[in-house]
Amino acid sequence: MIGDIQAFFRDLSTSGINLTIFYDAFDFGRFVTGLGYTLLLIALSGFFSILIGAFGAAVLSLGRGPAAAIIGGYVALFRNTPLIVQMYFFYFAIGSIMPVMRNEIGLAQPLIGGLAWAVISLSLYSGAFNVETFRAGVGAVHRSYEEAALALGYTPRQAFFSVTAPLALRFSFASLANNLVDLTKATTVAYAVGVTELLYVSNQIWSDSLNTIEMMNVILVIYLVLTGLVVFLINRVEAAMRLPGFGAGGAS
Amino acid sequence: MTASQALANVVEWMPFILRGFGLNILMSVLAILIGTALGTFLGLGQLSRLRLVGAPSRLATQLFRNAPWLVLLFYCIFLMPYQVNIGGMSIVLPSWLRATIGFSFPVAANFSEIVRGAVNSVPHGQWEAAEALGYSRRATLFRIVLPQCISRMIPPWMNLYALLLTATPLSMIVGVEEALGRTQAAVQAQANSAMLIPMYLALLAMFFFYTWPINRLSRTLEGRFGTK
Repeated sequence: MIGDIQAFFRDLSTSGINLTIFYDAFDFGRFVTGLGYTLLLIALSGFFSILIGAFGAAVLSLGRGPAAAIIGGYVALFRNTPLIVQMYFFYFAIGSIMPVMRNEIGLAQPLIGGLAWAVISLSLYSGAFNVETFRAGVGAVHRSYEEAALALGYTPRQAFFSVTAPLALRFSFASLANNLVDLTKATTVAYAVGVTELLYVSNQIWSDSLNTIEMMNVILVIYLVLTGLVVFLINRVEAAMRLPGFGAGGAS
Repeated sequence: MTASQALANVVEWMPFILRGFGLNILMSVLAILIGTALGTFLGLGQLSRLRLVGAPSRLATQLFRNAPWLVLLFYCIFLMPYQVNIGGMSIVLPSWLRATIGFSFPVAANFSEIVRGAVNSVPHGQWEAAEALGYSRRATLFRIVLPQCISRMIPPWMNLYALLLTATPLSMIVGVEEALGRTQAAVQAQANSAMLIPMYLALLAMFFFYTWPINRLSRTLEGRFGTK
């Protein structure tokens, strides 16, 4: 079976479409590694960006003090500067003052590598957008819910976490899906700090095998599938968390 | 190294980096112009009742909207010719111009969605009223619906421009000498790792002070044009 597939693509390469990743074990290995790193970047950065967004929106909704001002400044700063410059700032500038470890063969090894910096800056960048998203979600919850909770003896904090926040989360899904699609697309920027993600390995492959057009088309298709998958997953979560009587077309 | 020394170094390199930033602005202005023109056609195409127009417009919009900017940039850099011959005249396409074209595609796709969203935000009753008054579909679109859409499209269009500007440093990866590339060159020329943080902070500030007012203005306009 696998042999047949390899033979098919090897034949195909003689006709001009040279997809080495499907018959060359080395290129296939590199490609799978790249796909793995891309998925890892999406999963980790997506997770942390949602945490940052939820935390930031909670702070902005509950308080007006210096904490809220710091979150506001963070959102403005990260939304209005380029992701790639942020990544360079973390990787080169902050990275230059980070302690350097020695690995087992005595070579210098930074404490935080390219992958970790990429996850950190992607999470902070996407997190800034998620703060706005969740905050808009909180704004979409009618005040009467909070007032009803307060009348029942909830403290403002309890009312926020038990009543407003769960509703706000459900109102945020459409915008959150959008942000996560943008995050999926943004993982390609990790290329710039040398993370061997999909675009990086594809560049290596087309440099060796001279099949630039084929590889570009392959990664374009893969990113379309990945963004589709992200939207599908979010829709599944949204459907699972749907409350009767809320949201458009709530058939349940 | 003292803070004042670091500041003096940053100021010394600032003209060099600002010239690069000028290229960022030039690329973003050209790309938003091309993208808006293309996106208008795509957006109106999406609304067409002709399947031969509607389906390709929707496909192109989704394709360019969901592809990473960097991948589209690579397409344009690697697959576009270095020079084009038009009637014996050969025009060299420098890499910054090819990168600009690469940025125009996602801008067009995003603008296409802005157009479609704005047209759909006009209450359906207006279409019916126009039809009752004997307007054709085309006349309704161009004389009744679109004029109302313009003000609604301006805030998201400005957000799109801000997004585009913050994407232009990606062209550094494909060798365009814009602000980020020049900052990197300046840092290497100074050969002093203590200058890394001030130099990159200055670059971040440059982008922030250009983009932040645009996003602020967009939010103010959104409040003013709001139809809720």
